[in-house]
Amino acid sequence: MKGFWPVYKKELYEMFMSRIFYALAFFFLLLCGVFFYLILQQIVMFSYQVAQNPQIAQNVSMPELFMRSFLWNISVIMLFVAPLLTMRLYAEERKNGTMELLYTYPVTDLGTLAGKFAACMTTFAVLLAATLPGVIMLASIAGSSWKPIVCGYGGLVLLGSAFISLGTFASTLTSNQIVAAIVTFGVLLMLWFIGDAKSAVNPPVVGNILGYLSVSDHFKGMVKGLLDSRDIVYYGAFSALFLFLTLRQMSSYRWRG
Amino acid sequence: MIEAEGLTKFYGPRGAIKDVSFQVEKGEVVGFLGPNGAGKSTTIRILTCYIPPSSGTATVEGLDILEDSLRIRQTIGYLPESVPLYNELTVDRFLRFAAGAKGVGAKRIGAEISRVVSTCGLEKVSNRIIGNLSKGFKQRVGLAQALLNNPSVLILDEPTIGLDPTQIIEIRRIIEELREDRTILLSSHILPEVAQICKRVVIINKGQIVATDSPANLTSQLQKTSTIVLELSGPHEEFTRAVENLPGVQKVLRTSNGTSKFQIETDPTVDMRPDIAALAVRKGCGLLELRTLQLSLEEIFMQLVTEESTQEGAES
Repeated sequence: MKGFWPVYKKELYEMFMSRIFYALAFFFLLLCGVFFYLILQQIVMFSYQVAQNPQIAQNVSMPELFMRSFLWNISVIMLFVAPLLTMRLYAEERKNGTMELLYTYPVTDLGTLAGKFAACMTTFAVLLAATLPGVIMLASIAGSSWKPIVCGYGGLVLLGSAFISLGTFASTLTSNQIVAAIVTFGVLLMLWFIGDAKSAVNPPVVGNILGYLSVSDHFKGMVKGLLDSRDIVYYGAFSALFLFLTLRQMSSYRWRG
Repeated sequence: MIEAEGLTKFYGPRGAIKDVSFQVEKGEVVGFLGPNGAGKSTTIRILTCYIPPSSGTATVEGLDILEDSLRIRQTIGYLPESVPLYNELTVDRFLRFAAGAKGVGAKRIGAEISRVVSTCGLEKVSNRIIGNLSKGFKQRVGLAQALLNNPSVLILDEPTIGLDPTQIIEIRRIIEELREDRTILLSSHILPEVAQICKRVVIINKGQIVATDSPANLTSQLQKTSTIVLELSGPHEEFTRAVENLPGVQKVLRTSNGTSKFQIETDPTVDMRPDIAALAVRKGCGLLELRTLQLSLEEIFMQLVTEESTQEGAES
């Protein structure tokens, strides 16, 4: 893990010095705010209806319903945000030639990767944390339980780590950041919607496998406040696989020269 | 100390270098010469553990490039070709990162950075963003990061390329200062520069080493005749006829018509200058200039590089 700290700090500096981050943070938070408002408004309307007709929804908790929609919306925005956060990680180093500088310093490949991945996760966590105040305020006003919030944000972090590991790998494939972003976005989108195909395919076994592979299916439980070990294992294994592939790809890149 | 032993590298089917072997002794400054695309950077990248060789081995300070890669990278200061730097960072921030990555302890980082900043004359720009600096300053930043952690081996790939003459002199001065008790391998295709700094040169062409020696030895080896430059005043027809008959003189050339400048090619084993001077005096000519012409490193280089290609032409 030699080189983790210097690389981590350098990546964070570069991230917070870059305009990409601020443009991204602006639109991410703007969209989150807009969704927060729209969903809240819907929930309020729905609450009026429920108040007049209590039989419509007997066991529905309004704060949980809100969290479910809000988290789901954030996860969809993340599909767009993750590729833009990760695209520069390795592609930029390759393009500028700084890869040669970095890899002739006494740092290990693993240390470099860990530093880059952790820096990207930190940036992502900063973005997520900026959406928390509204949620916390709402939960304390409504007096609802904290469990769905903790569980849901934990789920977002797991989802983020999967997205970011995939993006990191895509960034090693090319020296063009745009291509890296497109590849990440394309693969993420495919893995997102693959679960929707499960009812349409024959035999059902194949459909089930598609469901297991889908990144979105595993998130569905978490937005409801259900923490299932299978989902945690899925996201952990997903991230580990792509980080491993990143290491392999980097050493192969250097073998080929 | 650097030792390369039969290094070969293929990029796919294309061979970049073939059986490259040479040594750089401790405390020596060696120039690594070759035309563009000869394999200089490939060799250097192998020595700095950036890419592995297809076959062959090399050691740096007695450490093997494949087995002790991390420790080698700890002892080497490397300036890659075209000086890649993190353009978004400030000079100070970048040097902090480089020092950390090179394993300089947190307590020593400040002192280490101010040392290299003053060696390379970067005090005025240390808070500026690297991307906004001039090429000369970028080069110095590149040199500064190579010097962090006081490496005993310095490998500089084209350190003065693309700089203006004053900047070249400046960089050369810095390298001169650094040579004490350091092993330096310096690649370049600007020959006068190498001739000035390096005691020994390794010449590579088309992926193979074609010569390894000091510039002076290479000159004497390759000089088949020695050339004397002569300028006379007054009438010199008589002298011209006489000089051609002097024993040891092989050829007399007038450098241009109408002037009295000559180039006289003679046997390299004897110094013909006293005889020629005596002859000129005897024939009543005024002697304005008389000197032997040294082969410059450029000429040696051209000779080696073209020799190779004519041989190849003959083979095929």
